Amino acid sequence: MKPLLMYRDRDFDAEAALPWNAEMLVQDLGLIAVFEAMAGKDDLLRDVAKRATLCPLSEPEAILYRQAVLKDCLENPAVVRDLYDLAVKVLGGEKKIGGFFLRYPGSILSRSVQVLEFFVGALRRLRVVADTRSENFASEGFRTFFRVLREELSDDYFAEIQGHLNELKLRDGVLLSAELGHGNKSTNLVLRKPKETERSWWRRLFAERPPTFSYTLHPRDEAGARALSELQDRGINLVANALAQSNDHILSFFRQLRAELAFYVACLNLRERLTEMHEPICFPVPEPLGSRRHSFSELYDIGLALNMDRKAVGNDADADGKCLVVITGANQGGKSTFLRSIGLAQLMLQAGMFVPAVAFQASIFSQVVTHFKREEDVTMRSGKLDEELLRMSEIADRLEPGAIVLFNESFAATNEREGSEIAIQIVDALVEQGYTVFFVTHLYEFAHGLFDRKMPQALFLRAERGADGTRTFRLKEGEPLQTSFGKDLYDRIFKDPYIQGTLQTSLNGGSHERGTAPDRHNSAP
Amino acid sequence: MPGRAVKAERQRRPPVSYRAAEASTASVLQAVEAHEPAPEDFTSILGGMPKTQADAPEFFVDLNLDQIVDAVTTGRAEYDLKPFFHVSLHDADAVRFRHEVFQDLEDTRVFEHIVDFANRMRQMRKQLETAEKLRYRYQKERLFLDAASTYCEAVSILLDNLSDAKLHSRGFRAFRNFLEGHIGSNDFIALKDKIAKLYDSLSAVHYCMHIKGGRISVRKAAAEIDYSAEVERSFEKFRRGAVESHLCDIPDYLEMNHIEAAVVDMVAKLYPETFDALDAFFQKHPDFADSRIIGFDREVQFYLSWIEYMRRFATAELPFCYPDVSPSDKAIHSIESFDLALAAKLLTEKAPIVCNDFLLKGPERIFVVTGPNQGGKTTFARMFGQLHFLASLGCPVPGKEARLFLFDRLFTHFEKEEDVANLRGKLEDDLIRIHQVLEQATPGSVVIMNEIFTSTTLHDALFLGRKVMERIMALDLIAVCVTFVDELASLSDKTVSLTSMVDPDNPARRTFKVIRRPADGRSHAMAIARLHGLAYADLKERLKP
Repeated sequence: MKPLLMYRDRDFDAEAALPWNAEMLVQDLGLIAVFEAMAGKDDLLRDVAKRATLCPLSEPEAILYRQAVLKDCLENPAVVRDLYDLAVKVLGGEKKIGGFFLRYPGSILSRSVQVLEFFVGALRRLRVVADTRSENFASEGFRTFFRVLREELSDDYFAEIQGHLNELKLRDGVLLSAELGHGNKSTNLVLRKPKETERSWWRRLFAERPPTFSYTLHPRDEAGARALSELQDRGINLVANALAQSNDHILSFFRQLRAELAFYVACLNLRERLTEMHEPICFPVPEPLGSRRHSFSELYDIGLALNMDRKAVGNDADADGKCLVVITGANQGGKSTFLRSIGLAQLMLQAGMFVPAVAFQASIFSQVVTHFKREEDVTMRSGKLDEELLRMSEIADRLEPGAIVLFNESFAATNEREGSEIAIQIVDALVEQGYTVFFVTHLYEFAHGLFDRKMPQALFLRAERGADGTRTFRLKEGEPLQTSFGKDLYDRIFKDPYIQGTLQTSLNGGSHERGTAPDRHNSAP
Repeated sequence: MPGRAVKAERQRRPPVSYRAAEASTASVLQAVEAHEPAPEDFTSILGGMPKTQADAPEFFVDLNLDQIVDAVTTGRAEYDLKPFFHVSLHDADAVRFRHEVFQDLEDTRVFEHIVDFANRMRQMRKQLETAEKLRYRYQKERLFLDAASTYCEAVSILLDNLSDAKLHSRGFRAFRNFLEGHIGSNDFIALKDKIAKLYDSLSAVHYCMHIKGGRISVRKAAAEIDYSAEVERSFEKFRRGAVESHLCDIPDYLEMNHIEAAVVDMVAKLYPETFDALDAFFQKHPDFADSRIIGFDREVQFYLSWIEYMRRFATAELPFCYPDVSPSDKAIHSIESFDLALAAKLLTEKAPIVCNDFLLKGPERIFVVTGPNQGGKTTFARMFGQLHFLASLGCPVPGKEARLFLFDRLFTHFEKEEDVANLRGKLEDDLIRIHQVLEQATPGSVVIMNEIFTSTTLHDALFLGRKVMERIMALDLIAVCVTFVDELASLSDKTVSLTSMVDPDNPARRTFKVIRRPADGRSHAMAIARLHGLAYADLKERLKP
C-alpha cells in the first residue's frame, strides 16, 4: 500500500540526496524565503518543500499528475490538512508506546500487539475519510488513494486483524512445532495454531489425542523456568518479528503519507501567503525537454515578494525558440530579480507546483544551474576570477544535456575585454552544445558582440528606464547599451536635482564608470 | 559397486607421459607403472614405516632449522608433525618416494582434494571431542553419529576425487588402491548404510510442544497452521522495502539444558525405534575409523605443510627444486639457493633476498669461507646445512637446481657468543666438541664449522685450524668452514676458497654474495673508514695543521 500522491508509480523519497548544486541554488535564487513561507512553523514541511523543489521532475506527465493533486488540495484545504494531522499524530503516538528497548520476543510481541491496536484505530479513521470525502476529489492521485484505502482496508480485513490481535495475546499458551536439529536439539521452532480455532482447543488436543507426554516444572526450579521461557521465546521469535515488522511497515506507510501530504500542505501555506499579498499564481504548462518553449506574463520573483511582503514587479517575455537570453541594462533595474524569477519558476514548475505569474509556459530542463557572481572570495585561496572559473569548471563537470544555466554578472572580475572573451567562449560552447543560457551582464563587449551576430535563437532584454531616470524594474527587449545606469542610482541616492537636471545630457552615454554599482556611496557625505 | 567401476576404468587409461624436465624421476616412475601396488602394500604416505623422533637433532638451532620447522608446522599442532621433521632419510630411493608424492601434490586439484579431506577429518575429530564432553545421552549419541558420517563422507569423497586424478607416485597409488579396498569392504558399506538410515529416521521426527505455565507437553505433529506465516500474509499489503529485523538473538548453545533434555526424552518415547537404533549404533561402532586412514590424514600433512611453506616464497619468485641426492657421490652443487629462515624474515620486511651458488667437483670437499663481517658467510654456512638436511627429509629445497650429498650424519659447530668471559674455558670447550665430532664422523658425514677459534690468537687459530682441517681431509668429509684465517682457504686441492663480497662501486654496501675467489685478506672495515674520510691520505690531510 502506497499513498502515491507525489508520483503515479512510486514513493516520494523524503530523504533523497539533493543535487550537487542545491546549496548554490538556494543561495543564488533566494529559496530560503520560499521555504520559510511553505514551512510555517513545521520543520518537516520545510524539509519536504526543499527536497521537492530541488529534485525536479523531468516528464510533463509527472508534473501534470502532481498539479492535479495540488489542484484538489487547493479545493479541499481542510481535508488535506486533517489527513496530514492524522499522519503526524500516528507517528507521534507510536513513539509514546513504551517497551521499545526490550529485547525479548515476549516483550516485543506484547508491545507490537499494543502498537497494532493503535494503528488499527488510525487506519479506521483513514477509511472514514475515504468513505465520506472522496467525491470532492478529482485528481487521479487522490481518487486512486481513496479507492485503495476502501479496498485494502475492508471491514473483513479489520476483522482479520482483530482475530490476530486476540490470538497473539497468547492466553492459551504457546504451541510450537519442532524438528531435531544439531545435537538433537529442538530446531525450526514454528508457532502453530490448530486448524479448528475454538476455545481451549489445546486442552482437547492434548487430552484426546494420545500419545502425549508432559513435564511439569518443580515450583522451585528457577533455572528450569528460565529455560522454559527461553524455549517459548525461541518459538515466538518469528511471529514477534513478523508483527513488529508489519508495524514498521504500517508506520512507514504513515510516514510516507505524512511526507507526501507535507508537500501539498506546504503549497497550501505558500498559496495563503501569496493570496494575502494579492500576488497571482497560475498552473504552468510544461513542455517536453528540448522543445524551447519559454513564455510568460507577469512573472515575478516570489522570493523578493515574500521578503518585502508586498507585490513585486512582474515581467512578460516571449522567449519561445530561444536558447540564449542576454539581459543588460541599469543597475538595480531588476535584472538579477528577473534572473531569479526565471530560476524559481522553473524549479516550481518542475516540482509540480503553481508558479508566481499570470501565465507561464516552459520547456522542461534537465537541470537548473546557477553561476552567480559572489560578493566575496570565500576560500581566500584563489583570486575572484580564479574562483569563478573554478566554479565554472565544476559546473562543466556536472552539466547534463538539456540543462539551463543562469549566469549573473559572471566573469566580470577582470577587465571588460578579458571578461568578455571568457564569457563569449563559454556561452558559445554552451549554446552550441544545446544548453539554454540566461546571462545577466554589464560586459558591453560581450553582450553587444552577441547582439551583432543577429542570432535568431538569441533574445536581448534590457532593464527599462523611465525618461526621468527612474527604474520600473521591468525588462524590455532591446539592444545592449554601452553603459549601465549607475549614474542614476548615484543621483537618486545623492538626491541633487540640480546636478541631475544640468549634467544629464553630457553624462548620458559618456565615460561613466561601467557597471560598478555605486550603491555603497550612500555613506558618503 | 562404485569403487570397482572406478578401478576398471582407471586400468584402461593410456600410459602417462612425463615432462622432459623431470627426466631424473621419470625412470623411477616408469618402473612404478610396471606393477600396481596391491592394497596391502600401503603402510604410509611417507614411505615404509616412517620413523619419528621427538627431540630435534643437535644441529637444529645452529642451522635455524628450528625456526623453519616451527614456521612449517604452525597451525598444525594437532598433527604433531615435528617428529617427522627430525628424522633424515639415508636411502636415495626413500627420498625419491617422497619427491614423487610432492610432485603429485603439485597438481593443485590433488592438493585441494587432500586439503578437503583433512578439513573433514578435522571436523570429525571435533565432533568426537564434543560427543565426549556432552552430558545427555541422546546428544552424545547424535554427535557420535555425526562424526561417523563425516568420516564416511571424507573417505568416500577422497576416493571419488582421487579416482579421476593422474597420480604417478608410488605413495599415492598405493594409498588409492588401499582406499578402494577399504571403501569396498562390507564393513564400510554396512556402516554407511546404517548412518544413512539413522539420519532418515531422525529427520522424520516432527513434534509439537505446548507450553503453558510451568508445564510442557509433547506429541507428534499433525497438520497445524504456520501462524507466523499467516500473520505475515495478513500484513503483506503494508510491506514497503526493507525494515529492521526484530528477531532476537537468543544465544543457542549446543549443550542442552534439562528442559530441552526432558523434551528429547519425551520425543524419544514418541519415536522409540529411531532412538533405539541411535543407541545401538553408538554401542556397536566405537572405532569406526580405520587406523591407516587416520595415519594418512596425519602423515600427508608433512607434505602439505611443506608445500604451503614453499608458497610463501613464490611471491618473491624464489625457486625450489627437487635435489638429486646420492649417499656416495661427493660432487655436489646448487644454483640460486638461499637461507630459508632468513628469507622468511626478509620477506616479512619486504627486503631483497640474495641467492648463492656452490659447487664441489673432482677432489674438492671443503668450502673455506672468508671475507667481511656481516657479509653473508654464516648465512652461506646455514644455507648449505639446511639444504642438505631438507634434502634428507625428501623435501624440495631452495634453489633452481641442486645435487646434494645424502649424509649419514650432519654435524655443526657454531660459536656461542655468550661464553667470551672465560676464554680458556671456551677454547677448551670448542676443542672438546670438535674432537667429539671428528670421532663420530664417517666419510659419509657432513660437517659445518662457523667461526671456530675466534677466542684465541691468530697463531693458535692457524695452528688448531690446520690440525682440524687435516683430520677433516683425512676423513674425506664434505665440510664448510667459516673462518677469519685466510691461510686455511688454500691448504690443499680439497679446499675451495669462497669470499663474501662487497659492492665494488660502494665498498660500504655488502652484496651478500659468496663466490669462489682466493682469500685476499682485504678488510671491509677499511672501505668503510675511507668513506668516513679516515683513510691514510684523507686523515693525514685532515690532520694537517
